[in-house]
Amino acid sequence: MKQSTTESRALQFALIALAMVFLSFFLLLPLVAVFGEALKAGIGPFLDAVDTPDALSAIKLTLLIAAISVPLNLVFGVVASWAITKFQFPGKSLLISLIDLPFSVSPVVSGLIFVLLFGANGWLGPWLAEHDLKIIFAVPGIVLATVFITFPFVARELIPLMMEQGKDEEEAAISLGASGWQTFRHVTLPNIRWGLLYGVLLCNARAMGEFGAVSVVSGHIRGETNTMPLHVEILYNEYDFVGAFAVASLLAGLALVTLVAKTVLEWRFNLHGSARH
Amino acid sequence: MTASTAAPLPRTLRRRWRQPSVLPGFGLTFGLSLGWLTLIVLIPLATIFLKSAGMGWDQFVAVGLSPRALAAYRLSFGTAAAAGLVNAVFGLLVAWVLVRYSFPGQRIIGAVVDLPFALPTAVAGIALTTLYSPSGWVGQFLDPLGIKVAFTPIGITIALVFIGLPFVVRSVEPVLADLGHDVEEAAATLGASRLQTFARVIFPAIAPALLTGFALAFARGVGEYGSVIFISGNMPGRTEIAPLLIVTQLEQYNYDGATAIATVMMLVSFAILLALNLVQAAGRRRYGA
Repeated sequence: MKQSTTESRALQFALIALAMVFLSFFLLLPLVAVFGEALKAGIGPFLDAVDTPDALSAIKLTLLIAAISVPLNLVFGVVASWAITKFQFPGKSLLISLIDLPFSVSPVVSGLIFVLLFGANGWLGPWLAEHDLKIIFAVPGIVLATVFITFPFVARELIPLMMEQGKDEEEAAISLGASGWQTFRHVTLPNIRWGLLYGVLLCNARAMGEFGAVSVVSGHIRGETNTMPLHVEILYNEYDFVGAFAVASLLAGLALVTLVAKTVLEWRFNLHGSARH
Repeated sequence: MTASTAAPLPRTLRRRWRQPSVLPGFGLTFGLSLGWLTLIVLIPLATIFLKSAGMGWDQFVAVGLSPRALAAYRLSFGTAAAAGLVNAVFGLLVAWVLVRYSFPGQRIIGAVVDLPFALPTAVAGIALTTLYSPSGWVGQFLDPLGIKVAFTPIGITIALVFIGLPFVVRSVEPVLADLGHDVEEAAATLGASRLQTFARVIFPAIAPALLTGFALAFARGVGEYGSVIFISGNMPGRTEIAPLLIVTQLEQYNYDGATAIATVMMLVSFAILLALNLVQAAGRRRYGA
């Protein structure tokens, strides 16, 4: 092909170089900084910083929150995708927009709404206090805010995938006498499992890393309602930089694992991630 | 499953609402999704507007439109727009070199673009602050030149560029990849220079996707909290973003104030996104794309 439909080699090189410089400053350098600062004083202080009761309790809480909210959104995502992609009904695009709504709400506002509902001065606050139930500044509030924030992740991956796959195979299974559950278990699930895994991966990364919404509802009680991202903030604000970056590097490691797994899924199964996360 | 709900409507009427299907489970899955959506998303979100409506205009304006709040909106929307523009330019560049050229490490670079989706915002926040503070890795070279990044609106913009980049790249990439070479060849045959072809043929085709990417990055930037609060310095009236002002109000137990600010933020965001959508729809009619 002649130069008329592409750029000269010199221009190509310049554009690639410019893009690489931009990405190095904005993406690579922050990542390097996290690990660099965490290991600045060597591996000993790094391990000491992670092996404190507060850090360990934050890690446990983060795993617990993800273990509750990811399965909830997994079930919701599958159920909603089934209703949306296997049936024709008016109002479908409105339903899809409503599922997407949490993406366009600030994380801080996502926390605020649960404080307005369940906080001490909230609508249900007096009733909760009467029955000695605690949602805000406790684990249930953190779970609620996380479920809200990660609400669309699984559904967003599954809806386009299941739309594309149609419903012929399921209809064949039903007409051959399979039950609804058998059809889902043996026909639909094998078709969507990689897309499902992809959605769960992204959902989990956000659930473990969410900061703004969780910060509003958690109350920052050390050893009780501190998740890993909140613990990073506390250590950083106390000028314990090695500690902050040590915990942050664990989260960055999770991000890298997520990226690798996501990329492998995209290459092997030709999945396309949506741009909205 | 479809017939199990105790609706008094005869089957024929219900069929008119949704087309008939041999597949089971509509009632169960539709009901569960709508119920869960209502409980987790719709009712909680409605509290913001209900609380605003119940608070009275004077009270709403006192905090929601106070000078401090107005400064915070200006900062949040201004830096989000600036970061969106930077991302529109560099996101297009990154998408372009990823789609059009081949170079070593291309696939890895392509994967790394998604890092801001995967990296927790607080981690990005402390990393960027460490890089750009006056004694930081990058900041120590900028400081002697009189360029202050951390604790200024420039720092906030840098954090929002980080957060928003993948939205633009991932919106533009597929459109750029699907763009046929034939139109470019036609333009070249007709004597267009490469720059003319880009400006007149390629750019109009990718403009809607670019605008979508900008809108997504902008919307995310306006509400962003975790990556910004470390690098912004949080000085009221100068580097205090709107989401932080909400948190400040909450810490003072001023629920009404927090709600008023959240309402203004959401209304302005929705209005801007609606306007961008209308521009896009008009563009689609104009170019028939």
